[in-house]
Amino acid sequence: MSADVELDHVTIRFGEFTAVKDANLKIEDGEFFSFLGPSGCGKTTILRAVSGFLEPSDGEVRIGGKNMRGIGPNKRPTALIFQNLALFPLMSVADNIAFGLEVRGVGKAERRKRADELLDLIALDGQGDKKVGELSGGQKQRVAIARALAVEPKVLLLDEPLSALDLKLRQHMRTELRAIQQRVGITFIYITHDQGEALTMSDRIAVMSQGVVQQIGTGSEVYENSQTAFVASFVGENNPFTGKVAAVDGQHALIDTSFGRLRGRNLRGLSAGSEAMLFVRPESLGLVNGQGAADNVIESTVLHSEFEGSFFSVFLRGDGGKDIVMSMTNSGNLPEFHEGAAARVGFRADRAVVLPVGEVADE
Amino acid sequence: MTGFFQRNGIAISTYLILAVVFWVVLMIVLPQAYMLDFSFRNNLPPAKIGGPEDVYTLSNYRYLVFGSPGSADAFNYLHLQVFLRTIIASIFVTLIDFALCYPIAYYIAQVAKGGFARSMILLLILPFWVNEILRAFSFRILFGTSGVINAVLQSLGIVDQPIDFLRADVALYAGLSYAYILLMVFPLYNAIESLDHNQIEAARDLGSPWWRIHWRVVMPHAKPGIASGCTLVFMLSAGALAAPQILGGPSSLWFTQIIYRWFNTGGNWPQGAAYAIVLLLACLVFVLAVMRLFKISLGEIAR
Ligand SMILES: Nc1ncnc2c1ncn2[C@@H]1O[C@H](COP(=O)(O)OP(=O)(O)OP(=O)(O)O)[C@@H](O)[C@H]1O
Ligand SMILES: [Mg+2]
Repeated sequence: MSADVELDHVTIRFGEFTAVKDANLKIEDGEFFSFLGPSGCGKTTILRAVSGFLEPSDGEVRIGGKNMRGIGPNKRPTALIFQNLALFPLMSVADNIAFGLEVRGVGKAERRKRADELLDLIALDGQGDKKVGELSGGQKQRVAIARALAVEPKVLLLDEPLSALDLKLRQHMRTELRAIQQRVGITFIYITHDQGEALTMSDRIAVMSQGVVQQIGTGSEVYENSQTAFVASFVGENNPFTGKVAAVDGQHALIDTSFGRLRGRNLRGLSAGSEAMLFVRPESLGLVNGQGAADNVIESTVLHSEFEGSFFSVFLRGDGGKDIVMSMTNSGNLPEFHEGAAARVGFRADRAVVLPVGEVADE
Repeated sequence: MTGFFQRNGIAISTYLILAVVFWVVLMIVLPQAYMLDFSFRNNLPPAKIGGPEDVYTLSNYRYLVFGSPGSADAFNYLHLQVFLRTIIASIFVTLIDFALCYPIAYYIAQVAKGGFARSMILLLILPFWVNEILRAFSFRILFGTSGVINAVLQSLGIVDQPIDFLRADVALYAGLSYAYILLMVFPLYNAIESLDHNQIEAARDLGSPWWRIHWRVVMPHAKPGIASGCTLVFMLSAGALAAPQILGGPSSLWFTQIIYRWFNTGGNWPQGAAYAIVLLLACLVFVLAVMRLFKISLGEIAR
């Protein structure tokens, strides 16, 4: 049985409140798929609908083409890794891992063998007799993964599993998780509010806001071709400019802002006269020397700059009265930015997107 | 110790220590020591106390086991039987209470959170504002041959002759179980409530049927609560007096009733003290043995 997961117009309501609105998407077999969105946007709710802890109010969840309505979490080919892991503290590590097998009536010796194999997989060999409390945060994390994998699920669901770890470990576990997924080859559905996690690990990402799936695509699609103002502002850093579309020129739209007329890709096919926002990423901005060949030029003053090692962040106050962030890679011969100095920055139209006005994620 | 004084101040520390010492010595150790002493003495009229006959003896204990020296039987069958029956019946009452309370406690603690759970707890507590005697007698009314239950059964045509629930000890079991139900519910509730609900869901997600979730996740977590609830109910049932007196059948005695008779109508305090000590020790040994069996330490019960 293939294990693609389909959400067919899934809506989930709690009383009057709609937590998920008309989610409609298909996750392919063997894909690493992430739901990315701020706290409270309905990510856990979607995951619980896939795992069977709640039923959608409308629509269908299908796994391998089979409608899952009425099938409880203990009968679905999914395994869930909880936000707080929910390991069983009174059982040994091996018993935790083998719990799903115990439930399935697998004999003791066989259980132990499987547990040891999984302990190998998560690089905790020989630690099966430890108590859960004796493990470090990252080790617990891996035990939770092993416990879920032991039941050989078709789909592994992970609810912000790294959020409790410190930064270093989190970054290490990203690589680890991705590696485990490639080894076992099953579908992973991963939930996070951390865009770094989503971008580094996922095959595709669904960006959510307030219960609505805003955009689905690969990391670079979501980042480069954001389809809504929310996605543009939530995924990575972005400089927004609000204005009105003055004209449409082939693939581009020209938008009148307080900085004058700016040009960007007209991804959503806006027509002249509509309210719009132009987004340009800090790394797409650059200094314009002399006459300047850039499509868009903004006159500004340097507020301050921050050295971040591999790159510089320069904070500018535009003449249009708005703060702009520009980042420049540290190539070794960067110009100096003196506070109060005038700076002419610009960007290519192809590096900016013009989108309909909409909700913007707050930093 | 100095840390204790520094933390709480001299006055409060002294008070705390005195209060605890007072509690332990005056309320627990002294009276029991007196009882213990009593149990090894002969039953003498006041005039002879301190006289040559006032010596320590095992006769009171011997009486419980072997009966009076002149009797025909080798053992004191009647009292031993009552003793055994009291212990076994108390185990039953404990099991009944556990079976009744575990689902309730689980429901309130894990399923119905919030307002509904609170009102259920209130409903459980309210009946206990009625005092014990009144409750016991109301059970007589409920279970009597002309009581409510028999009336309903007869009017429904389920039985034609009223059932004698009192003689069959149904009323006694029901009354005792009911009397100590709160002592079971609350420790269970406390223990189950502290279980992370995600663990239950994790077990379910891994494919576990409901009974295994309880067996492997909920009950192990609630073990200290189960132990303290069962200990309380067992000890109090074995030591109950009012309910057996009022609800017990005419032919079935509770061990406490025999003790009561020694002290009261029999006027034989040393004999009563010996019986009471035996009951106390038997209960303690039994409880400790069961705790040992289930690998529970005393510290966990007090948690
Ligand atoms: N059982 C419930 N009853 C009522 N409202 C709920 C319930 N579960 C979730 N909600 C609401 O649905 C919304 C989405 O919740 P959800 O837990 O899915 O958010 P989330 O995206 O996982 O957030 P976080 O990143 O903080 O975990 C929230 O506003 C929440 O209050
Ligand atoms: Mg969540």
